[in-house]
Amino acid sequence: MLDALLMALTALASPERLGYMALGVLIGYAIGVLPALGGLAGLSLVMPFIYGLDQVSALAMLVGLVAVAATADTFSSILMGIPGSSASQATILDGFPMARRGEAARALSASFIASMIGGLVGAVILTGAVLIARPLILALGTAELFMLALLGLSMVGVLAGKSFAKGLIACGMGLALGMVGTAPATAEYRLDFGLIYLSDGLPLPVLVLAIFALPEIIDLARGGGTISRSADLGRGWILGLQDIMRHWWLLLRSSSIGSVLGAIPGLGGSVTDWIVYGHAIQTEKNGQFGKGDVRGVIAVEASNNAREGGALVPTLFFGIPSSGSMAVFLGGMTLLGIEAGPAMVGSRLDLTYAIIWSLAIANVMGTLLCFATSPLIARLTTVRFGLLAPFMMMVVCFGAFNNNRELADLLLLLGVGLLGLLMRRFGWPRPPFVVGFVLALPMETYLYQAVQFYGWDFLTRPGVMIIAALIVVFAWLGIRKRRLADTEEDGGSTDTGQRQPQAIFAVIPVAIFAAVFIDAMRHSFLGAVFPMMIAGAMLLISVPVLLRLNFGRVGGSLFHDAEANAKPEDGSFWAHLGWVIGLVGLSALVGFLLANTIFFLSFLRYAAGCTWRMTLFLTSIATIGLIMVAKLLTLDFPQGLLQYFFELPWPLR
Amino acid sequence: MTKAANFSLTRRALGGLGLGLAATGTARAQDMAGKTIEWIIPFAVGGGSDVWARFHLPLLQKHMPGNPTVVIRNVTGGGSINGANQFAQRTRPDGLTIMGTSGSTQFPYLMGDPRVRYDYRAWSVLMASPTGGVLYVRPELGVRGAADLAKLQAAQGLKFGSQGPTSLDVVPALAFELMNLNVQIVFGMQGRGQGRLAFERGETPIDYQTSSAYTSQVLPLVREGKAVPLFSYGILNAVGDIVRDPNFPDLPTFPEFLKAATGQDPSGPAWEAYRTLFVAGFAAQKFVVVPRETPRAMQDLYRTAFTRIFADPEYKEKRGTVIGEYDEVVGEAAEKAYAAGTVISETTREWIKEWLLRRFNHRLG
Repeated sequence: MLDALLMALTALASPERLGYMALGVLIGYAIGVLPALGGLAGLSLVMPFIYGLDQVSALAMLVGLVAVAATADTFSSILMGIPGSSASQATILDGFPMARRGEAARALSASFIASMIGGLVGAVILTGAVLIARPLILALGTAELFMLALLGLSMVGVLAGKSFAKGLIACGMGLALGMVGTAPATAEYRLDFGLIYLSDGLPLPVLVLAIFALPEIIDLARGGGTISRSADLGRGWILGLQDIMRHWWLLLRSSSIGSVLGAIPGLGGSVTDWIVYGHAIQTEKNGQFGKGDVRGVIAVEASNNAREGGALVPTLFFGIPSSGSMAVFLGGMTLLGIEAGPAMVGSRLDLTYAIIWSLAIANVMGTLLCFATSPLIARLTTVRFGLLAPFMMMVVCFGAFNNNRELADLLLLLGVGLLGLLMRRFGWPRPPFVVGFVLALPMETYLYQAVQFYGWDFLTRPGVMIIAALIVVFAWLGIRKRRLADTEEDGGSTDTGQRQPQAIFAVIPVAIFAAVFIDAMRHSFLGAVFPMMIAGAMLLISVPVLLRLNFGRVGGSLFHDAEANAKPEDGSFWAHLGWVIGLVGLSALVGFLLANTIFFLSFLRYAAGCTWRMTLFLTSIATIGLIMVAKLLTLDFPQGLLQYFFELPWPLR
Repeated sequence: MTKAANFSLTRRALGGLGLGLAATGTARAQDMAGKTIEWIIPFAVGGGSDVWARFHLPLLQKHMPGNPTVVIRNVTGGGSINGANQFAQRTRPDGLTIMGTSGSTQFPYLMGDPRVRYDYRAWSVLMASPTGGVLYVRPELGVRGAADLAKLQAAQGLKFGSQGPTSLDVVPALAFELMNLNVQIVFGMQGRGQGRLAFERGETPIDYQTSSAYTSQVLPLVREGKAVPLFSYGILNAVGDIVRDPNFPDLPTFPEFLKAATGQDPSGPAWEAYRTLFVAGFAAQKFVVVPRETPRAMQDLYRTAFTRIFADPEYKEKRGTVIGEYDEVVGEAAEKAYAAGTVISETTREWIKEWLLRRFNHRLG
């Protein structure tokens, strides 16, 4: 085995192949640095160019891209509080508060080293998997997968923050939105309102951007000034390294959990960081999680790089992709003439080893690249946010409509973004919402399948009982007052706020659950039982909360309004939302490209107060960049009424 | 050589060859130089149809006169209904936009899904691409072939992991019906790979895979004695009969299997439904189409190009992982396959609707 590993390394070490790997690393880096875009977008970008490449070169490029995207996406998570991709959502909870209090360098340094080590652990696990992947993956049946989904859901306990009831309801809203689309057991369409878009289910990337990125941009734009309160990054580079050395055990645990969960096909990779983050909260002493605890950054960043190594296991050895980016990776392999499957541990073991080496080397390359460029990128945080905001909006919109490439993506972004904005304001924790959303479909599918395959006896399977025991242990650890300090920053005691706005907002979850319940009534038993149970239970929790917010005594853990202490000079809470509504609304009229251009011109000139010269300059850069990327991806921008009535040439069409 | 010189050379070469194109066609052919052809794929990047198109793309650029640029545009949604609807509504018949369909595009059309706004009769087929599949069972069932059908019929607890009542997996479900098997069909599988995992774990004792996955993933199991293949779906020959799959010449086709087990050629509405959906989902799974009004000469440019692609040594060498050892077809064979895979009688459609409701309690739309 060692011989073969070394041979693979020698084969990889030709200038041409390393060159392609470096190219992959660069593209992955660029995609990663941009908020909202991750490995999936990067892979789609290079797909047209891989046909005809040498197999090892192309694999090195693809693996390099995926590995580095998971490292570089930390930048926007930490520096701006905007998820760099749906893979690094949990990083924002501690990374961004650190950056705001002037510890960006420390957070970035800890994160890059954690990413690198996590990536290397992933490579080691993948190497080990060559020997044992098959029995291990086959040991996890639908029953065990259902329990793993429950394990993920149990993290809501520690992610809920101040008010457990609000955490549960937030999770329920996520579950409810996750049930939109095709029912797994019967293929009935739930809550689709006759629209094809909804019948596919809501796209996760749009949801993550809406719930985390949009509120953050609006908030930053409103505050004016710069993201970082101090002008420099701090001198924390060494400190970050020390953090890593101090928390090496957490780092190893997170990497292992990340790669193992990543290797399980069908769980949905995006829940991994929340499980790992929850695990860190549950097991670490004296945590200040959610308020800038470096351990939160280390755990999540180690796990999301390790996960990519794990995710390759089912992809390579079973031909079953465990995530969206792995699906594209698998397509790329087919195009290169490589068939995934048992051959990858047999006659094509050389390729597997080449992939493992690429993963390891690319992780190191990527980390060096991130370190080298971070002083430059970090300077963005000292730029007036008014200048950055339109770019952020554009990239977030792009990340959203790159899913289905239609206006509906933008409308969903706006709708859920508004929900996220209000949840943030009124202290409804958003992480449980995402956890619920991600797990809704796997939970229902595997529960139904497990009952079909094993009957209710599935509960007595040894694997199921082991996972159940784990859930109990973790829940117990979580109860011992180890929680997310507060999911939103500055959770002081004085911001319980006024009754009325919160009381009105609490109607929304009740309405959502009622809608799910009513919709379920028209479906067959198997299509209705899961949504009815969830919605029914959630109504029992959310109605009392609604009543207490309306008629109970103001105060306690339930009441929260971040606007209670808002500075009047920052302007109205709604003002900057208007810009987002304007951009999406205008897109509905004239299509996204034109709308975005108009948005840039007016925002920069009037909201940011730029000179016309500066305004025109920045707008042209943005528009040209947008068109170039669209050209590369062969996509049409979301269309509006204008395009409906008139046939226009690309890119306006 | 400059680009312009290159064009004129191609032009002369074409003119000199006198490819039998109509005079008007020649004029159009010359226009292809510098043009961009958009190939609509109503599926996501990296999926089966996308990879299939991307495999053909460089070859199409090479063999179309004038070497136009070909780009793939992925329009997703509704399991390809969205992209096909858009193609039907917006495409101009100028031959510069083509679409690649798949079984998931044919099925909702054939079954009468109310969301479908496209009509295969409004399109012309330029090329048809087949695939196949093999059905296999666990060895514990003790079933080795058609002679053991009674044993299979008597087997308790047969389960099959399916992607949904109107997915490609409806074809084996109809095969179970024709074999008179009592199979509990469990939906919610995300892709055939998950179905195979369930089989390997012992959760389902009966499963099928399309040819390439069968060859790479299941054949090793067969060699280890962990799976027993029963039949292949077979392929269509030039006159439209189901014959043995060249990838699995030792396996009987499904009709052969049925005949050997029951002594009769299959017939009746269930068979009609099976046959249509089998062709639409496997034997002619993917079509390249243009609007029917596209000038005939323009259409023939593509047909000629595809014919040349099929003869290209690079194509022959590399098609294995993407297409398998199947012959893609143009011309009359493609027309035959197109008719067999996109035309359905009202009786058969009604029978399918009624069967979906009776068997799965499933209503379309």
